[in-house]
Amino acid sequence: MTLILSPNMTQPDPFYAALLSAHEGLSDAESQSYNARLVLILANHIGDFKVLSQVLDAAKVGSLGDDS
Amino acid sequence: MNAVFDVPLYPYQRHADQNAADPQRHQAVIVGAGPVGLALAIDLAQQGIETLVVDDNDSVSSGSRAICFAKRTLEISDRLGVGQQLVDKGVEWHLGKVFCDTRKVYEFNLLAESGHRRPAFINLQQYYFEMAMLERVRVLQQQGAPLQLRGGNQVTAVVSESDCVRVQLTTPDGAYDLEADWLIACDGANSPVRHALGLDFVGRVFEDNFLIADVVMDANFPIERWFWFDPPFNRGQSALLHKQPDNVWRIDLQLGWDIDRDAEKQPEKVRQRLEAMLGGDIDFQLEWVSIYTFQCRRMEKFRHGRVIFAGDSAHQVSPFGARGANSGVQDADNLGWKLKAVIDGSAPRELIDSYDSERIYGADENIRNSTQSTDFITPKSTLSRLFRDAVLDLAEHYSFARGLVNSGRLSVPCVYDDSPLNTPDGMIDGPSRTRPGAPCPDLALSDGYLLQRLGGSFTLLLLNIDRSTAVDDIDGALKRLVLDSSKDSTGALNERYLGSAKQAVYLIRPDQHIAARWSTFEPDAIRRALSRALAGGPAR
Repeated sequence: MTLILSPNMTQPDPFYAALLSAHEGLSDAESQSYNARLVLILANHIGDFKVLSQVLDAAKVGSLGDDS
Repeated sequence: MNAVFDVPLYPYQRHADQNAADPQRHQAVIVGAGPVGLALAIDLAQQGIETLVVDDNDSVSSGSRAICFAKRTLEISDRLGVGQQLVDKGVEWHLGKVFCDTRKVYEFNLLAESGHRRPAFINLQQYYFEMAMLERVRVLQQQGAPLQLRGGNQVTAVVSESDCVRVQLTTPDGAYDLEADWLIACDGANSPVRHALGLDFVGRVFEDNFLIADVVMDANFPIERWFWFDPPFNRGQSALLHKQPDNVWRIDLQLGWDIDRDAEKQPEKVRQRLEAMLGGDIDFQLEWVSIYTFQCRRMEKFRHGRVIFAGDSAHQVSPFGARGANSGVQDADNLGWKLKAVIDGSAPRELIDSYDSERIYGADENIRNSTQSTDFITPKSTLSRLFRDAVLDLAEHYSFARGLVNSGRLSVPCVYDDSPLNTPDGMIDGPSRTRPGAPCPDLALSDGYLLQRLGGSFTLLLLNIDRSTAVDDIDGALKRLVLDSSKDSTGALNERYLGSAKQAVYLIRPDQHIAARWSTFEPDAIRRALSRALAGGPAR
């Protein structure tokens, strides 16, 4: 199995809106906790360690400074 | 109160070696009469190796210290002749519960698989473990085994030569010198032998303090391992409650890094903390209290010439997972037969190098596991705490998260997958748990248990193989055990050793790890595998 990085969501815009609204009214600390729970639940859904390793790598693009 | 660990069991006595004009020579000198040193001493003496154990102390360890002894340790102890005594005295437990605040978030059951002689774990104070070993030493001595134990003998200098190790011992009567063919340092995390040789011991320090208390009380808590994250009585920290024999309960309380250690050790302060935990109406006595910090580290190599390190002197782990004493006893188990073969001249010195590679592999596995547990129990950054708390929150609601709760992954013996002693698997489709390098899983037989029958020498285990086809004389020293799976109504023999195969041949080492296996009986292949396991690797 390979990590899907091409469009795969059935309803991308509604999901994005739902994600933001889930955070609405939360303090920064609560938002962080919520995100942590989110990561763990999604990770379990994916399951396969190889794919999860690809996820961990794929997410590095933004925060670690993509020079290109 | 005069605790058992205050009584001198092997007080200093002047020995003739101290009057000799020249240093006297011994085949094996073991430094340290703790669980590891005593296990190794018994193993060597049972094999007829002349063995001297020296210790600067003269009694068993003070306080409970190591309390969880795993099945593999009990199986090894059976081979050393003390297993039954340990199990009779120990407290057997199966259930572990994990609480967060006041809520139970997870529980696990060690639910032992059937067909094993020994339970997954017993709790037993380290001093009782040592006492059982000391009694065995006395029995062996009475039977004439070449085994000596000298208390009040402190190692003050060690020089490793190419043909021997020179040791200086200091006693109440002054110093004297000895020579050893092999010196095995089982002298603990602060190993004087390691210091004397100027060897490194690097690793990761965990900045945390734990209060550890042995509490004597008549409490009707169940015999279970209880672990708390962030309990009301120890906010922001962890706690552990576990039963030992004699109504002694082990309590561990995490205290954090920035504390006044002396103040925390005061009985009044300890009492306050314990009352907060146990409630004010329980009457208890403190048997032993200590504050400890820990590190996860190992030596780069466990063998330095003729000096070999075993147990905490070679590797140190956090206490979560019961991987300290248990892994040290496995070190002794791994080393005993190899030393015997090398001293006898039936194996080259290279065999000892496999102790290094196999037990370093084991130490790394233990360090990895205990480090991961420690990172979960005592998160050291805001982010690691965030994820830890997320796991605990989810664990209450969803089963997947319970598997992530890590309050210590309990000790299991490692599989020496890449050992140079292994012959490539001749039964690729066979059960994974009995692949080359694995410790033999036990089995109930009609007259006892499999591991009892394997004893302490190389054994050929023949499964569903007609005795008459297997008469080929491979090696007189090779013990044989023939089993027929049709006579095993439990199906365990099939499941653990055969899988889909109709028959199998296993070559089993003296430490009960599997060296090779095949689905057919081929004397040449067996001969090659045996010589590989004894030579320390494939023919060079």
